[in-house]
Amino acid sequence: MKKELIELRVNGRSHEIAIEPSKLLLDALRQDLDLTGSKRGCDDSSCGACTVQVDGTPMLSCTMLAASCEGQEITTVEGVSEHGSLAAIQKAYGDWGGSQCGYCTPGFMMTVRHLLSQNPNPTEAEIRGGLSSNLCRCTGYSQMYQAIKAAIDAEQKGMAASR
Amino acid sequence: MLSQLGDDAKLLAGGQSLIPLMKLRFANPAHLIDLNFIAGTSYIHNANSALRFGPLTRHAEIENSDIPARIPILYDCAAGIADVQVRNRGTIGGSLAEADPSGDWAVVLSTLATQVRCLGKNGERTVHLKDFIQDAYTTALAHDELVSEVVVDIPAKGSGGAYLAFKRAAPVYPTASAAVQLTMDGNVCKDAAIALGCVGLTAIKAKDAEAALRGRPISERTLSAVAEAARAAADPQSDMRGSADYKRTLVGALVRRAITIAVRRARGEHVEVSHLYA
Repeated sequence: MKKELIELRVNGRSHEIAIEPSKLLLDALRQDLDLTGSKRGCDDSSCGACTVQVDGTPMLSCTMLAASCEGQEITTVEGVSEHGSLAAIQKAYGDWGGSQCGYCTPGFMMTVRHLLSQNPNPTEAEIRGGLSSNLCRCTGYSQMYQAIKAAIDAEQKGMAASR
Repeated sequence: MLSQLGDDAKLLAGGQSLIPLMKLRFANPAHLIDLNFIAGTSYIHNANSALRFGPLTRHAEIENSDIPARIPILYDCAAGIADVQVRNRGTIGGSLAEADPSGDWAVVLSTLATQVRCLGKNGERTVHLKDFIQDAYTTALAHDELVSEVVVDIPAKGSGGAYLAFKRAAPVYPTASAAVQLTMDGNVCKDAAIALGCVGLTAIKAKDAEAALRGRPISERTLSAVAEAARAAADPQSDMRGSADYKRTLVGALVRRAITIAVRRARGEHVEVSHLYA
């Protein structure tokens, strides 16, 4: 298929890439932009490993075309760190064993960050419900739950300290 | 564009079904027309006692709007489709136009007065939902038409509904589902609409089950009769989600539970439900 030039905005930077119009966003990110954080897990919209944010909203990059995203702001796990160091949620996942083999972690990061941006103080049920859209086959979800709680606590302490 | 490009062209709305189908080579369109760049196709308008949904209104937009609070069955549906990533992308118009036998919207909307507006080069026409969905993956849309709006009448006061789906996990289609919308007069059910999902080639309107509920007091006896009629109306196939017998039993139980919730909501109670997981 003939390639076309499209412009993608990813993690605050604009990229012009020549791709087939049928190319999946996930493949454009991984193959054309070398952003290999987003993973292909199931490839049938079940696992959430490919989750990225499009205009701040989590979506499955394996189930949308790159060309559909022109003019929108895409955020991948590579765009999550703050000032060159890990974001609170990334650090908490490491501290609490929320990540083991790590394959699902970038997808979880994008889902959980959206959950916390919408609802900075979620209930236990809301956190557990929020994790239902991504699959993990190593650690299970309890360590992630603890990590998220710890990240929320850290965030709140940080805010209290800076007041 | 559709009439120029012919049968090989497909419309891309949210793509949450079409793209997986293309990956499996079940769909192999020569041309894909991306509707996501057309402005003004995502909206929820409330006028003349009807809700008008733009065709590209995402499930999550319906879930997060304040309107469904008045029609709880719409919220049950929008908030229960697949997982959050899919709801953020998938659209109500795309769901109806695809007419997947397991789609949620067709089940829920067939218990309400729903009309689908279809736009083609010769103008716009309005089709009742029951005439719109003709068979699995088959609608009344001509190949050069698209869904331009979904119009749902707001149920009268004293009416309540519920939609329950039984799923193995969040991202998958339900094993079976049931939608119930009813109007109460004291303890007597004045009117009822019951639809079953994932147990036939399209959403099944369980007419005998509705008749078994209409004009009857809500009692154990009535519920048993309605559930039995719903089981009889179901026409499930055995697959990896469960055997036909299992799904038939399941859908009866879902109808019974959905009626109980719908009755409480018709009385003005606020009842939160979520789908059931295996």
